[in-house]
Amino acid sequence: MTDVVSPAAGISRAKSVRRDIGIKRRYAAERRFRAYGIAALSFGIIFLMLLLWSVVSKGYTAFQQTMITMPVEFSQQIIDPQNERATNPQKLMTANYPVVARNALAKLLNVSVDDRVAARAVGQMLSDGVRVQLRDLVIANPAIIGTTQTVRLLASGDIDSAYKGQIDLDVSQENRKINDQQLGWMTQLSDSGALAKHFNGGIFVNGASSRPEAAGVGVALIGSFYMMLIVLVLALPIGVAASIYLEEFAPKNKFTDLIEVNINNLAAVPSIVYGLLGLAVFVNFMGLPRSASFVGGLVLTLMTLPTIIIATRAALKAVPPSIRAAALGLGASKMQTIFHHVLPLAMPGILTGTIIGLAHALGETAPLLLIGMVAFVANYPTTPLDPSTALPVQIYMWANEAERAFVERTSGAIIILLLFLILMNVGAILLRRRFERRW
Amino acid sequence: MNTSLILLILAIIGIAGYVTGARYSMALVGGISSKLHSRPGYYGSFVAVWAILPAVVILFVWLVASPIYISSSVRGAFPEEVKTQSQAEQGLSYGMITSIARGMNALTGDEIARVENNPVELRAALGAKGVPLAGDPQPFMVKAAAVLNRMTFVSRILMTIVVLAVSIGGAFFAYRQIAPRFRARNRVEKVVLGSLVVASSIAILTTIGIVASMLTEAAHFFTAIPAWEFFFGTVWDPRFAAAGSGGSEGQFGLIPLLLGTLYIGFVAMLFAVPIGLFSAIYMSEYASPKVRSVAKPLLEVLAGIPTIVYGFFALTTVGPFLRDISSQLNGLVTGDYANFIQAQSVLTAGFVMGIMLIPYVSSLSDDIITAVPRALRDGSLGLGATRSETIKKVVLPAALPGIVGALLMTASRAVGETMIVVLAAGVAARLQINPFEPMTTVTVKIVNQLTGDLEFTSPQTLVAFALGITLFAITLCLNIYALYIVRKYREQYE
Repeated sequence: MTDVVSPAAGISRAKSVRRDIGIKRRYAAERRFRAYGIAALSFGIIFLMLLLWSVVSKGYTAFQQTMITMPVEFSQQIIDPQNERATNPQKLMTANYPVVARNALAKLLNVSVDDRVAARAVGQMLSDGVRVQLRDLVIANPAIIGTTQTVRLLASGDIDSAYKGQIDLDVSQENRKINDQQLGWMTQLSDSGALAKHFNGGIFVNGASSRPEAAGVGVALIGSFYMMLIVLVLALPIGVAASIYLEEFAPKNKFTDLIEVNINNLAAVPSIVYGLLGLAVFVNFMGLPRSASFVGGLVLTLMTLPTIIIATRAALKAVPPSIRAAALGLGASKMQTIFHHVLPLAMPGILTGTIIGLAHALGETAPLLLIGMVAFVANYPTTPLDPSTALPVQIYMWANEAERAFVERTSGAIIILLLFLILMNVGAILLRRRFERRW
Repeated sequence: MNTSLILLILAIIGIAGYVTGARYSMALVGGISSKLHSRPGYYGSFVAVWAILPAVVILFVWLVASPIYISSSVRGAFPEEVKTQSQAEQGLSYGMITSIARGMNALTGDEIARVENNPVELRAALGAKGVPLAGDPQPFMVKAAAVLNRMTFVSRILMTIVVLAVSIGGAFFAYRQIAPRFRARNRVEKVVLGSLVVASSIAILTTIGIVASMLTEAAHFFTAIPAWEFFFGTVWDPRFAAAGSGGSEGQFGLIPLLLGTLYIGFVAMLFAVPIGLFSAIYMSEYASPKVRSVAKPLLEVLAGIPTIVYGFFALTTVGPFLRDISSQLNGLVTGDYANFIQAQSVLTAGFVMGIMLIPYVSSLSDDIITAVPRALRDGSLGLGATRSETIKKVVLPAALPGIVGALLMTASRAVGETMIVVLAAGVAARLQINPFEPMTTVTVKIVNQLTGDLEFTSPQTLVAFALGITLFAITLCLNIYALYIVRKYREQYE
């Protein structure tokens, strides 16, 4: 800055030096400040990417499941040795199907079932879910007993993990869940094409299971669906009605002020407090069943109401007063003005707010834990009063499972949840783009 | 007749009332609707409202009142020796009676006659119908069950008759009122207005429900454990007692949980505030509209991700990463590859919660910074200040109260956050200051105390409500104060 080359130039430069004093420093500070901003912004976005990547990279494999396709002999000897299925229908329900499957696999691998250690190792390669798979086949068509059918059966969770490369094979075989012999069989089966990955439809339809390979979010999806339905049916009309009153009719008095302050505060109450409310009022006081999606729906309704009310009021406020004046001028009553003119114009905004509120409710976990949605439910709930669980709660339960294969399931369930959320949010954005009017 | 069928019939009567009301009003004026005071639909709606509203109110009152009445009269008819027993035992007997009654509905008349005087056979017969009994029923229970069934039956019939009669009577009454000068619209609009008022008072009811339910349950808790032991106790050790054994009270000190909550919240704010604030400043003051239109929604995606996903991220990615990196660092420095950061720790939970809070800080402060009037900026820039100087010396001081309000709101969210801390902070209630060790929070303990089957009367369960009311009070104070600051600040420019 102060390169005094010649004394003659020094005088004029000294003036400019004084005027420029600190300018470099100030510009450097300016650039630094700007860089902080960029860094902060990129930090947030990088972590968003990291989070999504960590979920997707862990979870995409959950949508494929290792299965073994093989001829299975439905031997009369094992399923129904005394031939009493005509008189005792229970017989087919309780028959020893795992042995049927194990024998078929042993035959495929040329292992003698008389070698009990080897036979057990073979049996461990198949999921415990084969019992249900084969039972359903036999009960649907008892005529297949005595014949040999080609069936696709679930491999066990450990085989599944190993086949997907999630088990570290450098560990000595005592310390891993699958031994070298099974690994050899697995390679043999996969070379012959019997063992392969297939699309895993089970994760969408199955209920809870302690076996990762047979666990799915089917019950949770239905539970969440019921809850969303209840939230929509209750929260949308109540929220819209409340907003119309507060925005259009309410006189400015203490009571209205109280409601306003209340709604703002309710929007900020921690969600777990709503769970406590639901437990104390709905379950304990009113005696509604625990674990029911009906109660969950009510709790989420109370939680979503403030969001919907705030969005609806904003949408109503955005309708210009000229619309109201025109309708009133033509002789419409106040009620007619609002229901025939203002409300339809505000509807896109209201629906957008509702969808965002619903998306929020769909991902909410904490209040549902308290009203007993943490339940092991294997059967589909037929009504909202039956025990059920919800998608985020299922994620929570799986996240607490110790088995490695459940990490993949959890991430898979998160992907499903995020897909639903993306779908809802994209719907909200499209709705806004399509119908939003600028006055 | 069950309730949903009754509701369906009411709906049908209502629709029929609407159609006949509308038609009748038109017929009265010979099809010239201008002679009517209101449009025909309002006459129809008037009839429908009278057909449905009173009937539904009666239906719900009946549904709530009749079980209470029936239960008290059945309990009133208990034999004297049962009445002398404790309330809990009477409750058990009544529960048994209701299941016998339920089971007897499934039996045929012959079977009832056969098993009525034989408790053992009754139990077997009910078991076969899928109604298991806890013990052999006593003879008085069978009689009471029969009474219960009869009363329920009579009540159902009466309810159906009354409700349907009121519905039809209401519709008829309204129909008779229809006349060309009858102000149907005003009447209907009054009903609509009434329902709007009812809907908006639900917000008040929710708050009352929250406060009342938690206060009553917490009051039960404070009868077992003195309030000062809860609020000032430094040891959290609830000691789960086996159901019914009693005796072991445990210690319920709030302090370790509260400090854990505040510590984790503080760490979260440490990450969220600078990042969120700088993002907001960059987006509102520097970024081109194009960058802004991409970056703002991306940050808001962070706010849309459910917290359980953050919790899972902390549990499976951030926690193990911090643990491994700490053991590597330790190994490089001291040669001992022991990790000094636990996988579940204050740092893990705080860091991930901080990421979750970034969009709240940034969008709230973005709004506030944008609300600072243009003239202030122009004045500062015109006097030769650089942009960053303008921001630091003019915009931020002007926006400060609003930003403080926004930060308080964010802090209340951090305090109430549950799923991240449940998965990432650990469950050990400890009083310590090392951010690399696990601590626990109020919300984690609420979840822990209330999941699983517990007696609803033990202090182990009830403490959750005392914790809940504390949490509610803290967040309420933060929010009210934040709203107060934001409102006060806004007035300066408007």
